Amino acid sequence: MTERTIAVDYLARVEGEGALRVRIHDRSVEEVELKIFEPPRFFEAFLRGRGYAEAPDITARICGICPVAYQMSACHAMERALGVRVDGPLRDLRRLLYCGEWIESHTLHLYLLHAPDFLGYPDAIAMAKDHRGLVEQGLRLKRTGNALMSLLGGREIHPINVRVGGFYRCPTRRELEEFRPELVEALDRAEATVRFAAALPFPAVEEDYEFVALRHPSEYPMNEGAVVSSRGLHLDPDAFEDEFREEQVPHSNALHSVRRDGGSYLVGPLARFALNRDRLPPRAARLAREAGLGPEVRNPFQSIVVRAIEIVIACEEAIAIIDRYRPPAAPSVDLPRPTEGAVGRAITEAPRGMLYHRYRLGAEGTIAEARIVAPTSQNQRRIEDDLRHLVERSLDLETPALTDACERAIRNHDPCISCATHFLHLDLERS
Amino acid sequence: MAPRPPPRLAVWKFASCDGCQLTLLDCEDELLTVADAVEIANFREASKAVVAGPYDLSLVEGSITTADDARRIREVRAESKVLVTIGACATSGGIQALRNFADVEEYRRVVYARPEYVATLASSTAIRDHVPVDFELRGCPINKAQLLEVIAAFLADRAPNVPTESVCIECKRRGNVCVVVAHGTPCLGPVTQTGCGAICPAFHRGCYGCFGPMDSPNTAALIPHLGELGLDLASVRRLFSTFNAAAPPFRAAAESAGTEASRP
Repeated sequence: MTERTIAVDYLARVEGEGALRVRIHDRSVEEVELKIFEPPRFFEAFLRGRGYAEAPDITARICGICPVAYQMSACHAMERALGVRVDGPLRDLRRLLYCGEWIESHTLHLYLLHAPDFLGYPDAIAMAKDHRGLVEQGLRLKRTGNALMSLLGGREIHPINVRVGGFYRCPTRRELEEFRPELVEALDRAEATVRFAAALPFPAVEEDYEFVALRHPSEYPMNEGAVVSSRGLHLDPDAFEDEFREEQVPHSNALHSVRRDGGSYLVGPLARFALNRDRLPPRAARLAREAGLGPEVRNPFQSIVVRAIEIVIACEEAIAIIDRYRPPAAPSVDLPRPTEGAVGRAITEAPRGMLYHRYRLGAEGTIAEARIVAPTSQNQRRIEDDLRHLVERSLDLETPALTDACERAIRNHDPCISCATHFLHLDLERS
Repeated sequence: MAPRPPPRLAVWKFASCDGCQLTLLDCEDELLTVADAVEIANFREASKAVVAGPYDLSLVEGSITTADDARRIREVRAESKVLVTIGACATSGGIQALRNFADVEEYRRVVYARPEYVATLASSTAIRDHVPVDFELRGCPINKAQLLEVIAAFLADRAPNVPTESVCIECKRRGNVCVVVAHGTPCLGPVTQTGCGAICPAFHRGCYGCFGPMDSPNTAALIPHLGELGLDLASVRRLFSTFNAAAPPFRAAAESAGTEASRP
């Protein structure tokens, strides 16, 4: 009888504070825990009593890596509660801002957090000593994403220009046109990124994921669409809580967002790509073929290639939006007086996957109830499944090598623990 | 004589959104230069490699919200020659300090089905409430240029050049049209510390105070003006109670705007 524990007390190169524990008894995996010890900040509690218009700026502070996602889901949910729709150039500008966040967030993960795993470095700084050109290319591409967010949002982290109903100030045509060459260059760098990522060595792994993502009639999904899954689910975002629920798991005291039957599912780039393969803009479609990607990618290690494809998508989309942009008559639409009891729900595609917001309004335009389901709380169960499978097929590895492999398996999904914490039960006993 | 080893930099996270430490990785043009000048010895979000302390410069993000973190910050202080806090969470408790004015037990029950599993303190407090701090960099989030200035100043062994004047000064310098005068938009610029670049007024929006109170802010003079611009007392209170809600001048301003019960 042998007992072995794989433990990482503080996961590196992920956003937030998490730990990993796997208990192996003889040759069977007894327990897999992706532990979250990030302290809770109680957003859903203190949102109550705030003005509905404050939700985009307050919820942005849940995550410094994807604040635009929070601003977008909050705006769309509040607009549903108010019964207004934001269309035309304002809708385009929101998508353009989201493109900036996708470029920035994906490039951060791809070059600074994920690539060092494949090339065998502890971090991108050490990697830059041998691959300076590569890291510089990544940083330059990341700068484009940040510059686009600053142009539209005022700054890259917690942009200040987003409001329920639209923006405070819309850019002029000229401001966007002047930025176009930067995006054209970025598109070339994104293409080079796909080629770099596709040439990396990947372990031969296939996981049986249920992919869940938005799907829009004509676009690669960002701000809206139906919720679809690779197992035939198709529903309006309003019905999200009917099909997905939070479940308590005994081994970690953590709530996971799971399917109604308790099964795990995966959101994020792999899911979006598999469910929207026919929505890729031309250059992304060509590069996906050249990179040898099939109709879907079930190898989590290849998520790095799919993220690169999504950077291409974001650059292509951003250029297309700039080319058709005509400034709107007003920077935001007029909002009606809020109705007490009105409920608004929305899902948008954060870089890491679907982000669900629901609000119920109280008296005088205040928030009476808030519920937020972040991508990482949806992926947590699925990451644990990946870990279990990895350990089961790698039992012959020595503990340090197995620990390293487990950390890589987690990083494949770019978990954002800062986001997830607001919905997870915490076990603060660090063993 | 052997060359002097590069100073050791550490980056620490407490309760936060990660945005302020991300600001360091967002210095795309300077990151590799910074990495040449210092040894990045402990920065979990960016690296697996951890060099044991002591550290020459520690950047601390986030507020103290658990007993465990209250203990951990003392350890960080003990192994740091210079400790700089970065951002509103670390310098004033952040948005999560709204719990300081509420019943945290009730908060726990609202967010968590099994509240007994969640270990948390009743308050979210700034780092300086627990350990001595050498410099506090403001902002939600911090400004990239100010972060680089703080690191550069430390490397040169001089005081950081970080102005403490109001947003109004920077706004005028930038040539913005005053949103209060021109559009009647409520604005916290007159009482908020500069450093953001006066971006909100540049985007036709009133300042919402994310850099926290300036030195000796005259909030008492501003509050009646906010009322004249159309804000009711509840809105004034909320305006002061966001990302720096627990900073004493903003806390006092929110309190002076009265409670719901005392509204006219």
